[in-house]
Parts: sequence; C-alpha cells; structure tokens
Amino acid sequence: MSTVKVDRRVDHSHHFESMQQEHESGKQGTWLFMATEVMMFGALFTAYFLYRGKYFESWVEGGALLDWKLGALNTVVLLFSSFTMALAVRETQLGHNRKALKYVIFTTVCAFAFLVVKYFEYTGKIHHGLFPSEGMWSYDAQTPQLRLFMVVYFIMTGLHGIHILIGIALMFWLMKRLKNEEFSKDYYTAVEGVGLYWHIVDLIWIYLFPLMYLM
Amino acid sequence: MSTPGTNYINCEKGIWSWLTTIDHKRISLMYFYTILGFFLLGGLFAILLRTELLTAEPMFMNGNQYNRAMTLHGSLMVFMVIVPGIPALLGNFCLPIMVGAKDVAFPKLNLLSWYLLIGGALIAMLSLFWGGVDTGWTFYTPYSSKSADAVTMVVFGAFIMGLSSIMTGLNFLVTIHKLRAPGMTMMRMPLFVWSLYATAIMQVLASPVLGITLLLIVAERVFGIGIFDPNLGGDPVLFQHFFWFYSHPAVYIMVVPAMGVVSEVISTFSQKTIFGYKAIAFSSLGIAFISFLVWGHHMFVSGQSDLAGTIFSVLTMLVGVPTAIKIFNWIATLYKGRIKLDTPMIWTLNFLANFTIGGVTGLFLAAVAVDVHVHDTYFVVAHFHYTMLGGALTGLFSGLYYWFPKMTGRMYNETQGRIAAVLVFIGFNATFIPQFIMGSQGMPRRYHTYDGVFAPYHMASTFGSYILAAGFLFAVYILVRDMFKGEKIEDKNPWGGTTLEWTTQTPPIHENFEEIPTVTGSPYEYR
Amino acid sequence: MSHNHIMPFKTNLTVFLSLVSLTALTVYTAKFVDLGSFNIILAMMIASVKASLVLGWFMHLKGDSNMNKVIIFSSFCFVALLAGICYSDLFFRY
Repeated sequence: MSTVKVDRRVDHSHHFESMQQEHESGKQGTWLFMATEVMMFGALFTAYFLYRGKYFESWVEGGALLDWKLGALNTVVLLFSSFTMALAVRETQLGHNRKALKYVIFTTVCAFAFLVVKYFEYTGKIHHGLFPSEGMWSYDAQTPQLRLFMVVYFIMTGLHGIHILIGIALMFWLMKRLKNEEFSKDYYTAVEGVGLYWHIVDLIWIYLFPLMYLM
Repeated sequence: MSTPGTNYINCEKGIWSWLTTIDHKRISLMYFYTILGFFLLGGLFAILLRTELLTAEPMFMNGNQYNRAMTLHGSLMVFMVIVPGIPALLGNFCLPIMVGAKDVAFPKLNLLSWYLLIGGALIAMLSLFWGGVDTGWTFYTPYSSKSADAVTMVVFGAFIMGLSSIMTGLNFLVTIHKLRAPGMTMMRMPLFVWSLYATAIMQVLASPVLGITLLLIVAERVFGIGIFDPNLGGDPVLFQHFFWFYSHPAVYIMVVPAMGVVSEVISTFSQKTIFGYKAIAFSSLGIAFISFLVWGHHMFVSGQSDLAGTIFSVLTMLVGVPTAIKIFNWIATLYKGRIKLDTPMIWTLNFLANFTIGGVTGLFLAAVAVDVHVHDTYFVVAHFHYTMLGGALTGLFSGLYYWFPKMTGRMYNETQGRIAAVLVFIGFNATFIPQFIMGSQGMPRRYHTYDGVFAPYHMASTFGSYILAAGFLFAVYILVRDMFKGEKIEDKNPWGGTTLEWTTQTPPIHENFEEIPTVTGSPYEYR
Repeated sequence: MSHNHIMPFKTNLTVFLSLVSLTALTVYTAKFVDLGSFNIILAMMIASVKASLVLGWFMHLKGDSNMNKVIIFSSFCFVALLAGICYSDLFFRY
C-alpha cells in the first residue's frame, strides 16, 4: 500500500499535496545535506588554518612541493564539469532527457579526468617518500612539520576525491534514469539534487586549491 | 478510505512488511524494540560495573576489562539509546500526526535511518568479539590511535549511527517546514514539535563534525597518518575540540526532546494550557544555538588556553537561562491545574526534580574554579546521569507511557506503571546522590578500584543501582507485555489531550487521518 | 509547475567564464604578487566570490526560497564559529 509506484513525471507521492510541494521539499532536503557536507569539510579546513598558523614554514614548503599547474588544471576541469552539470539540469527542466544525458556524460568524463590527474599527483608524492604514514615517509624535509602538512593534504584531497567518486556513481544513476526518460518539465528533482551535490564538491575544491597549492 | 477495524499495525502482515515499511508509525515501533533492547544491554553493563565497584578489590574484572565495560556502557547508552531515543522512537510516531501530515517528508530515508542505526550498532557490537574497546566513549587521542583494542570498529559503527541521526534530523526539518496542515502556523505547533525542530537543527549541524573526527581516528589507525599526533606537531587537544563540538550539542539532542515530552505531558495531566508557550518554543531554539558555544567546558583541564576556558565558562552559564525558563513555565503550568498522577505524569515529575538537580550541578561545573577540582570525578558522573538518565531517559519513558495507548491500541497496567516509575525515582537517587558526595571528595571516574574511604559511598550507590535496575526492568516489562496483553481500548483520547494525535483513531490508520484537518487554534486550549 | 527560472545558456556560460577568469586571477596574485600575509586573505576573498557565483547561479540560490539560503549560510557561520573558538585556544596558550 505504501509502495504503489507513482509516475513522478506527472504526479506526486501520496504523502504530498502537490508536485510543487514535493519538489521544494526534495530541494530543501538536499540543501540540508549540503550543509552537513560544509560542516564536515569545515572541520578539516579549521585544522588546516590552525596548523598553518602554527607551522607556517612547513606550510610554505609543503605548498611548494605541490604542482600548482596540475592543481589549476584540475580546478578548470571541475569548473567546466559544474558548467556542464548546470546545463544538464537546464535541459531536464526543458524536458530534454536526451540532451541532459549528453551533458551528464560530459560531467562524468571531467570527473574521471580530475581523478586521473590526482592519481598521478598521489603516485608522484608516494614515489618521493612524501606519503606521511610510518613506513612510507622518507622525504628529507627542510622544516619539521612538513609531514603534518602532507597529512592535511592527503586527508583533505582524499576525502574530496572520495566525494568525486560518489558523484560519479550518482552520475551513472542519473544516466540510467535519463536514458529511460524518467524526468519531465515538472519533475527533475533528482537531477537538480545531484547537481547541487556536484556543485558543492566543486565549491570545496574552489577553496581547497588555493589553500593547498598556492599559499 | 480504510475498512473499519484496520490500523497501521494490522493493515499488512508478515515480517517482510515491517522490514520494508515506509510508514513512520511502523518504523517507530521498530525503533521501540531496538532502542529498548540496547537500553537493557547498556543497563546490564552498568550493573556489571556497579557490582564490580562494590569492593575496592577486583571481583570479576581486572582493570582492562573494567575499562572495556565502562566504554561499552557509555557508547551503547549514548549512541544507541539516548541520541536516537526520543526523536527516532516517539518523534517518528508523533511528529507527522502532530503537524497534520500523512508521513514524514522522506519516508524511505526514514527507513534507511533505522537500518543505519542497526548496521552501525552491529558493527560497534562486533568489537566485542575482539574484547571491546577501553578508551572510554570519548575516544580521546593519542590513546585511541594507539590502543590495541578494536577501536576502529566501534568508531566506524558510531560514524554510521551518526549518519542515521543526521538523516532523521534532516527528515524532521523538511517535514516541519513543508508538511504542516493548513492553518498550522509555526506558532500553532505543539511544543513537542518545537523541541524536535530545535533538536533536528543540532543533529544536522553538529553530527557531521563528529563524523569527520571519527573518520580521522580511523585514518590514523588504518593508514598510520595522524592529524592529532603530537609526534608530527599535531594537537591532541584539537581532537577534543572537534569531538566536543558535536558531543556537547549532542547532550542537548538527547535532552531537548525530553523537554518537549514534558511540555505535552504536563499540560495534558494538569488539564491546563501550557504557561508561556512562546517562551518554551523559543527557549528550545535558544538552547540549540547556545549549545554550540559551550563545548570547551569539557576541556577546562585539558591544556586549553585560559582565554578559551573563560569564554566557555561564561557561555555555559548562559545556557542555563533558557533551561530555567522552561522549568519555571512548567511549574506555572502545574499551579492550579487539575493534576492527575498517572504514570506518564509521575515520570514527568521525576524529570522536573532530577533535571533541576542535573542542571544546577552543571552550573557548578561551569565555574572553572570548581571544575578544576571535580573534573573526571564522580561529581561529573552524577551530574550527567542526572541530566541524561534523570532527564532524557525519564522523558523517554514518560512519552512511552503517554503515547502507549495511541501507538498500540491497548492500555498498560496503571498501578504497575506507577510502581515502576516510583521505583526508578528512588533507585536513581539512591544510586547517584552518593556519587555527588564522593566525587566532591575526590573519587575519580573510570577507575576500577578506589581508596577505602569511598567504600560506603560505592556500596550505597551499588545497592541503589539494583533498585534502579529493578525499576527499569519492570517499566520495560510492562510496556512490552501490555503491547500484546494490555486491555484493548478504542478511545481516541484517553488522557484528554488537545494535540492532533488525540483526534485520530486508536491506533491510527495507515494514512493517519481520513482527511487532513484544518487547524484553527493553538494546541493547548483547555478551558 | 516550474516556478524555477530556467537559466539561459548564456548566463551559465558567463558564470563559467567568470569562474575561470577568477581562477586565473587567484593564481596570478598568489604566485606573482607578494602581499605578505594578505595573500591568503585575498585568495580566500576571490574564492568566496567564486563560491557566490556557484551558489547563486549554478545552484540557483538567487531566486530560490530564503530558507535554503539560511540553511547553507548558517553552515558557513558555524564553521567560522568552530575555527574561531579553536583559534582562541591554540594561539593563546602559554
């Protein structure tokens, strides 16, 4: 009885009064979830700032070890993916499931590109003995807390990378639904929701890039 | 329209219909069993601890085993009983009906919340096969990074349970914002709903910080990289900042819903309009906000700066104000009311007495000069048991007895219910008053042994705990037994309450209402 | 039912190009202009402008309900609270 399948393209779930109400509720729920993401990363940004204040020289040394050109490239890739995601939402709002699918695919390709760059960055660091775990750290640091910088770097970009992976999974989910033409002018909540998630992932990187690579 | 005689319990049969339900009322019943089950388990560990402490010499536990037992007691009670507690169990049942909705905003997410709680709890409990964890439920670094015990499992389990809490809070916020019945403005919502609203705000904003902090412990143990590692220049006290940034609002997540229950019960069992509706509503929000400003009062002796200590001390004093406002308003509600001392009311009166003591002793602890002496002593243990057990848990039982007829379509045995409530009150105070005294005299907490001078207090406390255990066992037994054997009732409103749940069928139909009501007045119009 | 404005392609494109330009500005000012300790503040200010563009346009906050704005804005405030008070500890110890 509670699991009667409703065609969300033209109707609302039974516990809502209207499609509009259901859409706004879904959006608000997504924003609340984005607030939790900000809080989660916020604690890490706090750690970054506090430790940078204490160990400024190590932060400078650490930043210099990161390739800012790769970081900038990844930033542009992610911004472009946000652009294509916004276009995907737009096309869904216009009722064009197929065009939206195209844009979601572009977004996913960008996401993969981002991860490929990160893969090369990470393996490079590990190769130089810069992975800060007990058995793998062998870099000859100039300043004593460089290893702590690398801890913060790997944790923050690592967690961000995990969110990119989750985003990719969400993209594949959207691709399946778009292919089945599951959305309409009046129902595109899931696309918009994934879009919000993806923009938050981009937003975090907007702050992360200068802090890690440029300071 | 539903056929006469059907309700949300009998409308579908079979265990699969329960495990895949998205009906908030069925989900709340599932929480009923899981949360009370965890409660009994956590209580068992408490009794083991108290029995061990009957004598200063080890009885059946050595130091390490004691540490594991006390960690488990704390973790179970915090993460598996009181944090989910009232919101997941009573909130799930009452909230949609109280605002005149058919369900919460995201019913499938609601079911996921339950599975996350169970999953996280099972992962944490798995650690028992490796002997458990000995760090205390607070998992302080550096020990939690280094301890040989199954810290990763418990911490990861707690992380999953945190997700459950976030989802519940998120669900409730959107439900309250978007699904209120026509005519129900925010200022016409029942106070229980206001308390769940304030709680949900805290759940959504605070829990993620705990989440990442727990993940950082996992990273430290699994990958060997430590953001709190002093060898690298990391600050172990930063862990405590992050941990308590969540865990202080968490204690209000635990107690504010109980305050919501108290508002409902006091009004109904005084048959009187609640005094100071606006003050109580806004004080819930006030507590939610201030709760984020006070976490460092857990850290006065951690090595944090005097500046931070001072800031936290002053702000902690401030949080007593909205709480006191509620207590005064409740007392004013009782004044000249037609008071009925049924079981829910006895539990609520217990709350008033116990939580006042708990709150006031919190003010003692807020003063740094006092806290420096009693930090990590039994004084603190008694304080938080007065607020958490005497407050939050008492509120849970008050609500369970209050909404029992509506949820089950049966009535519990009133005489026995009263006896259990009184037994708990006596046992509870007998257990913890001695703890205040010995704490103020220096008895440290989390110790499996002690100096002989504290023996009388420990003995008194342990005997008290047996009375307490008997009371709670009885209280739970009555609920579970009468859920199946209690006298069936059809009365929509056995208590004479005025909020919307008392207008529905007993037990409610699947959709809650035949027709969504239009609300025209405030919720406590009695005379 | 859409009370949602559908953002024109051009608006999306303008936002994207602005974001890329601001990225270039960030890199330029950070790498080639020495402002001492102000560098990080400037970088964060530019990042916040970028964030506002993403929030306002890509995420449709501009023209959206006030509650959604309150929700996300308050999360930033609480992070600031966490950072600020922790700062008052770590940098005021003996």
